[in-house]
This record gives sequence, C-alpha cells and structure tokens, in this order.
Amino acid sequence: MAASIVLVFFVVPNDADQGFSQRIFYFHVPIALTAYVCFGWGAWKALLHLWKRPPGADLESYVSIHHGVIFGALTLLTGSIWAKISWGHWWVWSENQLVLFLVLFLFYCAYFMLRFSVEDGPARANLCAVYALFGVVLIPVSFLAIRLAAHIIHPVVFTRHGPRVHGTMLLTFFVCWAAMLALFATLYHVELAGKRLDSRLRELRELLA
Amino acid sequence: MITARALTKRYGTKRVLRGLDFELEPGGFLVVTGPNGSGKTTLLRLCAGLAAPTSGTLDVSVDRGRLGFVGHEPLVYRELTALENLDLYGRLYRVPERRERIGMLLERFRLWDARSERVATLSRGMLQRLALCRAFLHEPDLYVLDEPFSGLDDAGAELLDRELAERRANGTFLVATHDPARLERLATARIAFA
Amino acid sequence: MTRFAADVVTLARKDLRLELRARDTLPAMLLFVVATLVVFHFAIPNSSSRLAANGLLWVAILFTALLGLGRAFVPEREHGVLDGLVLAPCDRSAIWLGKGLAALAFLALAEAVALPAFALFFWGVGGATLAGVALADVGICLVGSFVAAMSVASRARELLLPLLFLPLAVPIVIGGVGASVASGPGRYLAFLGLYDVVFAILCWASFEYVVTE
Repeated sequence: MAASIVLVFFVVPNDADQGFSQRIFYFHVPIALTAYVCFGWGAWKALLHLWKRPPGADLESYVSIHHGVIFGALTLLTGSIWAKISWGHWWVWSENQLVLFLVLFLFYCAYFMLRFSVEDGPARANLCAVYALFGVVLIPVSFLAIRLAAHIIHPVVFTRHGPRVHGTMLLTFFVCWAAMLALFATLYHVELAGKRLDSRLRELRELLA
Repeated sequence: MITARALTKRYGTKRVLRGLDFELEPGGFLVVTGPNGSGKTTLLRLCAGLAAPTSGTLDVSVDRGRLGFVGHEPLVYRELTALENLDLYGRLYRVPERRERIGMLLERFRLWDARSERVATLSRGMLQRLALCRAFLHEPDLYVLDEPFSGLDDAGAELLDRELAERRANGTFLVATHDPARLERLATARIAFA
Repeated sequence: MTRFAADVVTLARKDLRLELRARDTLPAMLLFVVATLVVFHFAIPNSSSRLAANGLLWVAILFTALLGLGRAFVPEREHGVLDGLVLAPCDRSAIWLGKGLAALAFLALAEAVALPAFALFFWGVGGATLAGVALADVGICLVGSFVAAMSVASRARELLLPLLFLPLAVPIVIGGVGASVASGPGRYLAFLGLYDVVFAILCWASFEYVVTE
C-alpha cells in the first residue's frame, strides 16, 4: 500500500502540464477533501458511540479527528503556498475554502484541548463525541457564513485562475485523492492498532497487579 | 428492585468495583459497610444513575422521580434559602401539595425556624438534615443513602432513626454507613467491602 | 411539552434569583462592556470606517457574553449541585435551556447599556442591527451555555470555554456584522435565524450526554 502511494506521488508531477501552481492543487484539494472525510468519519463514530455504545467507538472517533487535524494543517499549509504562488500573498481571506479550514482547524484544536483536560472515562468520551457532532454541523453552517461574509468583507472579487480539469488532469486528480484517502486509511489503522495495543497492555498490567 | 451482575467500575486505571453481584428486592434494606475508598460511594452513585458501569449489568427498576439520593454533598444551592431550595426540587420532582409537604418536612427535621436563612449560614448538622429533606421530599420508593448519619449530632441522628423507621414499611433502602450497628434492626442484607 | 417548559422556567427563575442575591455577574458585564467600548475608541484610528466600529460592537458583545457565561455554571459546580439537577426526573435539556434563558436575560440587560453607549461613542444603531443583535444573542446564549456545561467537566474550565466557544461563534459574528453593515440585511438575519434553529436542535438533542455518563 505504502509503495503504491509513493508511486503515485512520483507520477503526478509528470502529468501536470502548465505551471507549478497547478501541481500544488493536486495536493491541496485532495488533502482538504480527505480532511473532511476524517471529520465526517470521526463524527459518525461519535454518533455511534452515543447511540449504540460500541466500546471502541470513542477511540476511533478520536483517531479520525486527530488525522483530520493533521490533514487540516496540511491543507492550510498547501493552501498558503498556493495563495503565495497565485496571488503573491501568504494568506487571502477571499479564498473561502481556506477560511473555512481555518475556523474548523481552530474548532478541532479545541477538541484536543477538551480531550486532554478531562479525566479519561465515559464522561470524556461523551463530551468529545458531542463536540465532534457539533463540528460536523459547523462545517456547512460556516461554509454558508463565509460565503455570505465574502459580500461584506471583499467587495473586490479575485478571479481565480482555477485549474480547468479535464482528461489526464482529472485522472491525476482522482488518483491523487485516492492516494490521500489510502494514506489516511493506513495511518488511521496504524494509530488505532497502536492505541488499542496500549490499552490492552494497561489492562493486562492491571490484572496482574 | 436492584440487580447487579459482574458489576465493574473503573476510574482511569484504578478499578474500584470488581465483578460485584447482588440483588435488592422491593422492601429490602441493604447495608453496605467498608473503609473509606473501598467503593461504597461508587456503588451508590452507580445505583442512583450518576455514573455508568464500566462493564457488567446494573438494573435499577425505578425511574428517577421515585428515587431519593443522599450523597457526600448536600446538593443544595448555598445562596438560596432552605425553603427556596426545597421549593425548587419540589417543582422539579412535581411534588403534589408542595408547600404543605415542605413545611411538614422542615418541621420534622427541626429546620422550620431556619427556613428563610441562606443555606451558607447553616451548620453542618443542619445542612445534612436539609439534604435529607431534599431526598425525602418526593416520597421515593427507593432510598439510596450514602452515610446519612454523617454530620448529625445525637438529636439529629435520632430524628433520622425515626424517619427511617417510619418509611421502612413503604420503601426499599440501600444505605452505606460507617456505623452498621445503628441500622442492625432494619437491615435485611449486608455487604462488606474490603 | 408543557412540563418541559415549566421546568425550564423553574430553572431560569432560580438562576435569576441567584444573580439577584449575589449581584456579581451582571454589574461586571455592564462595566466590562462600557470599558471595552472606551478601549475601542482609543484602539481604532480616527479615520477608520463605520464598518470597523460596527465590527467592534460585535466583539464587545461576544466577549461580554463570554464573561457572563464563564460564571454560568459556578453555583452548580460548587458542592456538586449539578448532580441534584441531573437526578431530578425532568428532561436534562431543561438544565441547558434554563441556563441559556438566564444568560440571555443578563446579556440583554448588558446590551441595554452597551447599545446606547455605542450610539453615544460611535454611530447610531439601526433597526437591522437591533434585529441582528437579538437573533445573535439567542445563538450566543444557547450555544454558550451548552459549551459552559461542557467545560465544567474539565480541569481547565475558564480556559476551555472561550476555546470551545469562539469557533462556533464565528458564523454568529458574520451574520451579525452583515446585518449591521450590508445594504440587504435580510439575508444575514435569515442566516442568524438558521444558525439559531440548527444549533438549538443540536444542543437540545445532545445535552443529555454532556451531564450523564
């Protein structure tokens, strides 16, 4: 799996045909979309935790959101690079996607603050699950808000020279996205396995005590 | 009324209850004893619904409105008066003839004269008596009492003895205490925590 | 349904009564909001726009609300009184809504001073702004009291409340500022209404899990 991801990363720049900025796009948007998937998956696990209470759901939700924040940070980073290349500034408020991500990034960082300031136990699991659900509701609401904000804050509209994806570019885009999702899935399972091992060890240590 | 099977409760890495099995039938009086930190309070909080088991099953067949709980904290607002606190709980528990019931309980627990004073000014013993009023206000079917005699002077303890004896016939009791001898006459079962 | 309403009213009245006794939160909020507006006067340069001043009004409101919300669950936190409310047979969401309504009352009182002060120091306030403030207040207090209850459980309470709350408040600020400033405030007012409804439903449905295990 890891090998195929690496292969894809090397294939992509070869396909891109006009301008370095386009290549960032191949990373930036799939990373952003994967981050959304992470948050969505985390919220789904959170809902399951509150609803059916399977014992692993809280941990799965946490790991998913953890990766969402990592991908989110990468989105902001690649987005910033893109902005610098396209418009010469490291940050542009008119780029709705980016602003939305900033708000969500702050929200999910607060999720970590919440998680680390409450004692481990069912109370913490409940609080984090509820907060994860708030996050996923915040995504569309913020998106709407930021679009509305564009009217009052940015009377000047930047014309975006967005990539017109067609043909091989489209294929490359999807391959890249699949690669990002595969990366998330791999990291997710690896971290989850690690954390489960941790808690198993703790349980065994306790039984022996 | 309460059935527990393999009841386990863990706080972080500390296991407080390990695979507890017991049953409390309607009309029963279960006394729980044991040193501090042995899990008595945890057990009672689980039975009251303030905490959830880590594993195992706990079945409490009364709903919240028919359960009276006394914990380590009196659960009353310091800045309100005794009367206001009981009125609040009376409304939340939908107690019929609220005013009369409150008045009667305050009388029986010798708090009538202090009814309009802020709870912050009450003594430890009076605070405990108010906590008992709060728990008894709605005439519960199941009483879950965590060291109900703590903080009471001799007079207060006698008041509580009298109340328990009167309510014994119509209620089921789960009581944690440091002084099991006091409840010896009433108890139908005992659990000792190590 | 009426039982729920009755419980909410009982709890809200309790909070108002507690504030009447203690008399600490509301005066602090009033003083804070006026002091903030004075600071803003010195913080923004003379030639800055009306838009900037309006935005600062919203910042003042938001942080004044945070001040009040930080104190919201203090009586319940002391001596574990929250357990007493959770034990009661009422719907747990009534705890959230009662607290939210009380917070709304305090915020509205603070604004009754803040808005005239703003009009005095900066520019007058129009009808659209007032409608925006009203709708935004609902959102701030409902979401704010929910998040305040969440931060009760943590070790870092006072720190956690603003961190959890501010990202959720961004859409409110956008809606509010839009209503004050834009030529067509209807869209922003409708958005604020939408925010209020969506988050009110979410809060109502999930508060149970915040206070129980």
